[in-house]
Parts: sequence; C-alpha cells; structure tokens
Amino acid sequence: MTVRIPLHRRTFLKAAGASALGVAASALPFSAARASGLTVGFIYVGPKDDYGYNQAHAEGAAAVKAMSGVTVVEEENVPETVDVQKSMESMINFDGAALLFPTSFGYFDPHILAVAPKYKDVRFEHCGGLWSADKHPANTGSYFGYIGMGQYLNGIAAGHMTKSKKIGFVAAKPIPQVLLNINSFLLGARAVDPAITCRVIFTGEWSMAVKEAEATNALADQGVDVVTCHVDGPKVVMETAAGRGAYLCGYHANQAPLAPEKYLTGAEWNWAEVYTGMVKQALAGETIGNFVRGGLAEGFVKMSPLGPAMTDAARKQFAATHAEIMKGGFAVIKGPLKSNAGKVIATAGQSFQESDVALERMDYLVEGVLGATS
Amino acid sequence: MSESDIGLWSVPLAMLGGAIRVSTPFIFVSLGECLTERSGRINLGLEGVLVFGAMAGYGVAYETGSAWIGVGAAAMAGGAFGALHGWLCSLPKVNDIAIGIALMLLGMGLAFFFGKPYIQPVAPDLPAISFGWWSDAPQVVAALKVNVLFLAGFALALAMAWMFRATRIGLAVRVVGDSDDAARALGLKVNQTRFAATVAGGALAGVGGAYLSLYYPGSWNEGISSGQGLMAVALVIFARWNPIACFWAALLFGGAGALGPALQSVGVTQGYYLFYAAPYVLTLGLLIATSSTTRQLTGAPGALSITR
Amino acid sequence: MTAALCVGLAAFSLFLATIGKSPVEFYGLVYKAGFGTSFSWANTLSRTAPLLLAALCVALPARLGLIVIGGEGAIVLGGVAAGAVAMAAPGLPGGVGIALMAAAAALIGGAWIGAIGLLRYKRGVNETIASLLMAYIALALMNHLVEGPLRDPASLNKPSTAPLPEGFRIGDLPGLDVHWGLAVGVLGCVIAWALMERTRWGFAARIIGGNLRAAQVQGLPVGRLLFCWTALGGAFAGLAGMMEVAAVHGSANASLAAGYGYTGILVAFLARQNMLAIIPVAILLAGFEAANGLTQRRMDLPDATVLVLQGFVFIAILASETFYGRFKMFQPDRWSRS
Repeated sequence: MTVRIPLHRRTFLKAAGASALGVAASALPFSAARASGLTVGFIYVGPKDDYGYNQAHAEGAAAVKAMSGVTVVEEENVPETVDVQKSMESMINFDGAALLFPTSFGYFDPHILAVAPKYKDVRFEHCGGLWSADKHPANTGSYFGYIGMGQYLNGIAAGHMTKSKKIGFVAAKPIPQVLLNINSFLLGARAVDPAITCRVIFTGEWSMAVKEAEATNALADQGVDVVTCHVDGPKVVMETAAGRGAYLCGYHANQAPLAPEKYLTGAEWNWAEVYTGMVKQALAGETIGNFVRGGLAEGFVKMSPLGPAMTDAARKQFAATHAEIMKGGFAVIKGPLKSNAGKVIATAGQSFQESDVALERMDYLVEGVLGATS
Repeated sequence: MSESDIGLWSVPLAMLGGAIRVSTPFIFVSLGECLTERSGRINLGLEGVLVFGAMAGYGVAYETGSAWIGVGAAAMAGGAFGALHGWLCSLPKVNDIAIGIALMLLGMGLAFFFGKPYIQPVAPDLPAISFGWWSDAPQVVAALKVNVLFLAGFALALAMAWMFRATRIGLAVRVVGDSDDAARALGLKVNQTRFAATVAGGALAGVGGAYLSLYYPGSWNEGISSGQGLMAVALVIFARWNPIACFWAALLFGGAGALGPALQSVGVTQGYYLFYAAPYVLTLGLLIATSSTTRQLTGAPGALSITR
Repeated sequence: MTAALCVGLAAFSLFLATIGKSPVEFYGLVYKAGFGTSFSWANTLSRTAPLLLAALCVALPARLGLIVIGGEGAIVLGGVAAGAVAMAAPGLPGGVGIALMAAAAALIGGAWIGAIGLLRYKRGVNETIASLLMAYIALALMNHLVEGPLRDPASLNKPSTAPLPEGFRIGDLPGLDVHWGLAVGVLGCVIAWALMERTRWGFAARIIGGNLRAAQVQGLPVGRLLFCWTALGGAFAGLAGMMEVAAVHGSANASLAAGYGYTGILVAFLARQNMLAIIPVAILLAGFEAANGLTQRRMDLPDATVLVLQGFVFIAILASETFYGRFKMFQPDRWSRS
C-alpha cells in the first residue's frame, strides 16, 4: 500500500457483519467449523467503502454473504506486508476459512506465495496476478476482468462530449493495468474524433486525496473537459472535476450519485457475478480455475447507466460499440498504432485481443497521450 | 476553446491557485501551533487533531446540513484535544512532545473509528468567493476562487501578530513562553496561560481539518491528510514563531506542492516523484540556509523544550 | 509502568463499554490472537521484528537529547540499497551477498540519519523537522528508484527491484515461523544497550543528553558524538529495511513504507528510551496489532480500534510519569540504569 500519512496504520480490518456466526464457528474445532459450511475470507488494501476498487470487491463479498451455507469474514486496510500474510493465516486458523480472496495486486508475490504452501487444502484466489502452472502453487489462482474495454467505451462517451478535444486521466502509477486503461480511454475517444488528445497525471499513490484533487485541477487548467481516473477511490477526482465543470467517466464502481448531471458513464467491476460463481463451484466441490479472466461479455465488467448529459449521437455510437464488444473478437489495441515515443506497437492488420496476455505487460502510452511511462 | 489555452503559463498560475487551495490547512494548524509554542509548549499531536477535525466537521456538516456548523464542531473537537494535551502537560514531569505523539495516534484512531459511516455520504461544501471575475480565462477564474477560510486565515495571522506585539494577552503568552520564573514574578498564571494557548491552538487545527473535508479536497476519507498537521508544526519553527511568516511559509509550501501536477499536465512526466518532493526539499534547503548555531533560533520561546 | 498499563487498558474498557461492546470479550480475543496459541506468537513476533530496529533509531539519538522522528526514511532507503546491491552483484555467494546488503543498508541509513545529527551540530538545524522532511524526501527517492532506474521490467503491476537471488534471502529462525529479523532486532537492542550503558562513548552521550553545555566545558567531542550516535540509530533503521527486503518482500518496492518508522517512535517513548525495555514494549504493541484482525472479525469493530487502544495506553503511561517522577526526557542519565 502506501505511506499516505506519516502515522500509517499497519492494522486492519472490519468484521464480517456476521460476527455472531463467526463466534459460533470459532467455538467449534477446526474441522467441524469447515463441515458446518464454507467460510470465505476477503482482504482489502483500503477501506471497503471508498467508492472505488475496494468497494467494488466488498460489493462482491456482500453478494457472497447472501448465499446460504457460506460465512464471510473480511478485513480492510491490510497493507502489502507481513500483515497480509498473518491476516490470511488468522482467517484460516481462527475462522476456518477455506477460500480466500486477497484482492490487492501486491498481495500475491511474495505474500500469498509464502502462505499457500503451508495450507494446501485452502484455496487462494488472487485478483490481477498472472498465475502460471510451473511457477505457482496449485492451490492458488488468479482472476481479473478486461476492464480496459470499459475504459474504451468511456472514451467513446468522452469523445462525443469533449468540446476542447482534450480529455484527462488521473492515474496512480504507470503500471500495465493503468497504462491499458489510459490507452483504451484515448483510443475510444479517437474512434470518435482522431484529433483528440489525452493528458495524464500520475499521483504516485493509490490513495492520496489532496494530490488527486490537485491533479484534477491541473488537468482542468489545461482545458481538459472530460475526466476519468485510475486510483483506488475516485470520489475526490470526480467531485473536483465536476466542480470545475468537466464531464466524468467513472471507474471501479458507479460514481453517478456524486454528480449525476456530469456523469456520462463508467467502467465498473462486477465482482458479485465472479465471486458468487466461484463460491458456487467451491460449494459443489469443484475446483476453481487457476487462471480466470472475463470481460463485458462474461459479466466480469459492466458499464454504469448512461447519464442525462449524453447526446443522442454519443448514445448511438456507445450502444453500437457495446453490442460489437459483446459479440466477441473486438480489439482495442490494433494497428497501425504507435506509442507516443514513436515505437511501433502494431502494424496495419495486427491486433491484440482483450484476452492477449501481452496486454497485461503493457509498458507504453499510445500516440495522442501526453506523458511518459516513468 | 483556443482562447482558454494558456500553455506553459498554466504552470505558475497553477502554483498560485495551488498555493491558495492547498495552504489553508497549513495556515490554521501552524497559527495554532505558533500560539501554543509561544506559550512554551509544543503540541506535536496536531496531525491527529487535524484528522479528527476533518472527520467531526464533515460528519456534523452532513448531519446538520450546514458546513459552518461543521466548522464549529471541528473547532470544538480540536479545542477538546487541546484541552487534553494542555491538562496532561500541566502535570509535573509529563513530556509534551511524547504526549503530542500519543495524541496524534488517539486523534487519528478516533477519527477513523467513528468516521466509517461518513466516507460515503456527501456533505455540504464551504462557500468560496470568486476574485477572478475580471478574467475570461477559466484557469484564472478557478485559481482565484478563494475560500472564506483562507481569508480568515490571513486575517488571523495579522491579528495574531498584532496580539503578540501590542496586547496584554499577547504579552502574557510571550512572557510565559520565555520563562516560567519571569512569568510568576509578574504574577502571571503559567499553567492556565499555557492551557488556554493549547486549547486555542487545538481549535485552530480542528478548523484546518474541516477545511480539508469540507472544501478541498472536500470529502472525508482515511487518506485525507498526507501529513499536513505534522508539516504545519514544522513550518512554525521554519517561520521562527512569527504568525505572518507562518502564513507565507504555508503559502510557499502549498505552491511548491502544485508544481508536480502542473508540470505533468503540460507533458513533463519523467521523475514525477521528485517534483512531488519539491516542497520538502525547498523547506529543508531554506531551513538549512537560515539556521545557524550562533544565532540560535531567534524568536524561539525560551521555555520551549524543542529548542532548549 | 504495569500499573499505568492497567489504567490505560481500563480506560479503553470504559470506551468499549460506552459504545456497547464487551471489554471482556475484547481482551479475551486480544489474548487469544496475540499470545494464546503458537500461531498467535508467530504472528506477534513477526510484527515485532521491524519495530525493534526502528525504535533504536529514535531511542539512541534521544539519549543525546535529539528527537528524531524520521526513521522511516532510513528504513526505506536501507531497503532500496539492499535491493540495489542484489541487482548489482547477483552472482555473489549468498553469505557475502547478505553481508554486502546489510552493509549497504546500514551505511545509507546511517548517513541519512547521521546527516541530521551533523546538521544539528554544524548549523543548528532542528533535528525533528529535518528528520521529518528527509523522511518525505527518502520516500520520494525510493518510489522514484523502484519505478525508474532500479525497476525490474518483469515486476508488472507492482514496480519493484529485481527479485533477490535465492541465496540472498533470509529465512525463518530454526523451528519458528518468524524470520531472522527478530534475532537481529533483539541483538541490536542488546548491543545498543551495552554501547550506551557500558562504554565511555555511551557515558559521553548521556552527558550531552543531560547538559550540552557541561559536555562542551568538559571538552567532549560533541559534534563527532552527535554524528556517530545518530548514525548508529540510522544504521539500525537501514538494517530494518534490509531485513524487510531479504526476509519478507524478496525485492525492494513501495511496501517498504509500512509505517514501522513511526510505530518505532511510539515504542521508543514507551520504553523510555531504554534499549532493553524496547523489546517487551515492541512485543506488547505487536501483540495488539496481531489481535486486531480477530477482534474486528468477531466484534464488528472498525480497523482503527488498535490505534485508539494504543492511544489510551500511551497516554496513560506517559501521564503516569507524574506519579513516578523518574522520567525526564532530557536528562536520560538519571534513569538509564533503572
């Protein structure tokens, strides 16, 4: 995680809401607790009501909680240190958790990899990592959603609604997941008007309210009039951008309630679908896949309902592109395409499907994005 | 919208705007700390007070629908923390720096503890006054949108400077801060004066917190403060216990903080972490340049433990 | 101390009762998850390890009257230095590599905090502020390095230095689920105690802490002593960063900034800057943190509970000084042998 404040909390977690159930389970011996049903643990890197990354996962956890025969335990604000290792072990040892969802990217290597071999009958499902059979334990797995496609659709909305032909992106760090989103956002907008450019500001932290607000203001000062972001909690970016009169494209969760008039649409996770599916598999005694991916078509990702500001032309192209993506085979990164440093990314005719693992190693910004990757 | 494209001029403009937007919490906390330290105590816990003030201000503003009631609540909460610090440190042999660190922990802990229900809701914002009406450029209009609390902070700096220079209360605080014995000889109540100065300092820090949550960035979350309260305490020593200098130091620090985002917005991205460190490097550089062993911290209150 | 601890715990019980939670259940869970089972002890001791060295970075300068609150900076830079050494010379035999990483980390940490002592002596720069500012600068440097020049291109979504070669890694203590950092930390505390209490340099340091002017009158090399002792504190903090890299993370990345440096301040002050007292205090605080997970899951308390608890305990212990009358921050020699 981060040192966002000097007195950093190396501490965590919030109860499952099912504390009574938890106590009952804990009073039983380990095996009995397991027999009474499945205990599923969720671990979040930030607060679970952040209007963003962690909230999206917590909403998925809430859907699991509603299933019968399942107990959910949760911890929030768990840093990517020895803390998360011990949180996982604590859930296993004291609560009898048999399926864990540690949801932050940094939890995997080395933390899940250190704990998983000790608990072979516990399943560790990690969000975002690249699991591979020859390197990683069999009781671990990775899942992720192709949300870049959502940012592409955001870009189409933005492309129609921008008057200045400048759109903006507030990003945490120049890592592949973020770069893919920035590139997709611009390419979506360029599908509307190739003259559009995108300015990006990296805050360097996943959660740092004042910097996010300053970054948003700096974008607005440059004439940017549609803003999206990739930080853990988009609330500050959305509110600041709306205050400057910019349109908003959401990310992680639905931020429409923050500024309904300015909100165009948003790329949201749909973890409820993914988590309930995996828990059903576990309850049925099946093995969950080690490498699970899906996009809009598979229901891993969804778009926020379109906002009232969207014009008819924007709605039309949005709907058409959305339908095409749902059919499958749609590629955002396709030739001819150059990076903004002049490197050829794809030649004419060449394209990268959303499921292409090469995209999960992205290290460039495409032509039209102002900014560098380091 | 080419008329609004001001290119590289946006960088200094953004720094001006950033200075005005970001500096207000630093102004309030450093003025509060200035008052407390002038009385001979150091309260290192204002970071915790700031965070609690941010939470209390936001929560109360949300519940009552009035941002100003929120500010009042933040001031009261801050005053309560100040009172706790002032009372504990009035006990013999209790160390004010250590109590400050404890208070920082407690303030943040209680703010996060009780602040969970207020992360989601949207509370009313504090009003701002627009001084950019003369300009067509939206950047200028935005940069010159000044919050009332910023103006209040400026007025407070002037008032506090005047108070120290020309009033009985100011004199009393200064004498108490310089020497316990001299103060007693003059018949001043040392502990009561320090207590009052610490309470007032805490209240100001609480207001600084309310600015964070109610105006800029304008929402309550657990990452709302990135150490503003601690840095503000540092700025007081940097400003040599002079309220007007505190104001300028806060402004300088806020403006330097806007450098990073502003440069990135015109495409300068390489080494952005180093730009973000600019305010700290600048403060450190100025601190080293202006310190001296012979001229041992002019303006330092004599009874202050940190200066010896 | 024990009485004050009980007062703090009792005050927290009152707090819990006021919001309708059972203090009995709470402390029961703290005991169970912090100290009740072998896993609980492993959990607690794993969290103790970095706190020991971080606390030394506060306690050592404090004995000379300097309040250094920026140990976090030395920790992150120590970690980066270790990662850089591993990248520069991955082919070395494991033992040599580990020794080099430790040396580099201690050197950079020592230089970073030692500079603060030197600035204090040469230019009268306030060490509290300087250390805080330098901690922020160190964080920026660390982030810049692991995302830029030192980044391993294969570290995709978590920018890091290259993974340490297998031989450079430090494992667990024999028979325990706790890494060697604990032993290094305990050893560090014992060495620091011996140096401070049993050598003439320590004696000189304590004279400076007691009365700077007296030390100067006696002709002690104040500047050199200030530099060496603050640098020693910084070296311990740098070593803490190296242990995090070699024993936990396996590479240097932003997770090094976990706040250990700041918790170390708490530990050092609670231990009254006594190097040996740091050990039990760190274990106690780590135990509270280890228990935080379970108490929240079972009692539906927010994650900040442990902060509130620490705040109560800390204030109670500090306030108790008024009754014991032994604690004088700026004359540490008065109580150093207690």
